[in-house]
Amino acid sequence: MLRKLREDKSFQGTTLISPTLLFMVGLLVIPLILTLVISFGSRAADGTVIYGFSFHNYVRLFGISTECTGGKTICFDPTYARILSRSLSLAFNTTVLAILMAYPLAYFIARAPSKKRNTFLFLILVPMWTNFVIRVYAWMMLLRTHGVINGVLGWLAGLFGIDFTPFEMLYTQGAVLVGMVYEFLPFMILPLYTSLEKIDLSLYEASADLGASPIRTFLRMTLPLSMPGVVSGTILVFVPVMGTFIVSDLLGGRQIVLIGNLIQNQFLIARDPTFGSAASIILMIMTLIVTYFYTRKFGLSEEIVGI
Amino acid sequence: MNPHRRSPLVIVSTVLVYFFLYVPVVVLVLFAFNSSKTNVNFEGFITQVGPTEIISGNVLQSPCGAFHWFCELAKNAEVRNATRNTLTIALISTFTSTIIGTLAAIALQRYNFKLKTFSEVSIYIPIVIPEIVMGIGILVLFSQLFTLLNGALNLSGDSQFTLGLGTVIVSHIAFSIPFVALVVRARLHGFDKSIEEASMDLGANELVTFWRVTLPSIMPGVLSGALLAFTLSLDDFVITFFTTGPGASTLPIYVYGLLRRIVTPQVNALSAVWILIILVAVFFTQRLQNRQT
Repeated sequence: MLRKLREDKSFQGTTLISPTLLFMVGLLVIPLILTLVISFGSRAADGTVIYGFSFHNYVRLFGISTECTGGKTICFDPTYARILSRSLSLAFNTTVLAILMAYPLAYFIARAPSKKRNTFLFLILVPMWTNFVIRVYAWMMLLRTHGVINGVLGWLAGLFGIDFTPFEMLYTQGAVLVGMVYEFLPFMILPLYTSLEKIDLSLYEASADLGASPIRTFLRMTLPLSMPGVVSGTILVFVPVMGTFIVSDLLGGRQIVLIGNLIQNQFLIARDPTFGSAASIILMIMTLIVTYFYTRKFGLSEEIVGI
Repeated sequence: MNPHRRSPLVIVSTVLVYFFLYVPVVVLVLFAFNSSKTNVNFEGFITQVGPTEIISGNVLQSPCGAFHWFCELAKNAEVRNATRNTLTIALISTFTSTIIGTLAAIALQRYNFKLKTFSEVSIYIPIVIPEIVMGIGILVLFSQLFTLLNGALNLSGDSQFTLGLGTVIVSHIAFSIPFVALVVRARLHGFDKSIEEASMDLGANELVTFWRVTLPSIMPGVLSGALLAFTLSLDDFVITFFTTGPGASTLPIYVYGLLRRIVTPQVNALSAVWILIILVAVFFTQRLQNRQT
């Protein structure tokens, strides 16, 4: 055994990887298979799982209902399909907004004198070190009707003698969007910075010397060269937004239900793990499809590791 | 042309984004000193030091003065318990996942073996699927497994297998390993193999070479992997939420519970302390890393 360990390179590799495989198989592969198996089952009256093979949970998720009014046996119930499309569009909007906000900042840092770059990056990370849940709470304080933003606006209005009715900002779609962008913005900034920082500064000079306008330089040189960062950032933002449920729970109230909320609700409140599992599988498939096509189109770079 | 020159538009948007990032943090910390118990409006600082005196929800006087809510926080047994749990989980999972992840990085970077492709794919999965999918999966696994075991072994009451600290710790180890492995692997990627060869030529065996040459030079990578694992564990809400049980709540879980009920400035005090501790931790890790490189 010891001798084999000393001489057989392949055996050495297997030995080194085996603890990782133990964890990955035990706590990732097997759980995913179990989730899939359960999603084909149905729920017993006491909330336990009856194993079986039926697609009824998936059918229900995409809007085909068997509990209809008016004597019909089958009808369209858009409740869950709406949740799926709302999650997708929110993840999309968050990602676009994050790119628009992160790009100038990452560009600014990448072209700052190299000594100052670390300080600027450090300043991005500090808000991230408060806890995820606490950051949502901060936005609750800012957005609520008698909160900080309305307070400041009211005070400003008072200065100019204008009548002010506080805005209803909390428990809206916009609140969830802002919260999501705030939570995941650094995941966009860092990979963007990594790829922008790789661009040799002399390229900008060359482009200017050759008479390209700043806009042309950006479109023809900077943007294409920073695509790996955009791709990694998009994956790092899109994927977690799709699955997060506390932001919508706390900033969206009951109105804005995302697929994450649906899954959590099915497991902990509605006690239908089979339907929750089906939603979880669909969530995974949706993110994998998006990631797959996105990386196939643009290629997956090492920026994703750079975090 | 000065390559460091940036257009005013870039500078303005940069300032705005920094503003966006910091306003919530400043508000959080400021409200930790709020005299208002309901914490909706900022009613001013607590200026008087003396026995606690509260009039219509406003703290006028406290033995800790302006730091009233920090003292209340320190007295809060639930917070102490949650802090202990959070740190226990983070320390054990960081230690374990750093070792396992480093070994994995070495295996993937240096060796060829049968399950290599499978390993690489499985290591990327936690990064490209939403956390809730993994959390739900682990919840399903443990609940089915525990029902089976409790039934088969005829366990009841306290001796039953239940969700708790143990299940949270193993789950944290599982989701941290990939991140450690990726960070260490990136470091190994730029590693000059000739110094290892030199060490072997000078008569050191593989183990001595690893211990005296390879490990010290990948140490900065290992340390940043460990720091990443530690912060991921401290920050984790989703996986903990689905794998924790009674009495094993962590700070994020505790805060989430509070947010659905009544919030006093204690939560803000907690955030302020949290930021301070992490800043100190990062400061020391940075210094340690700078010394290493």
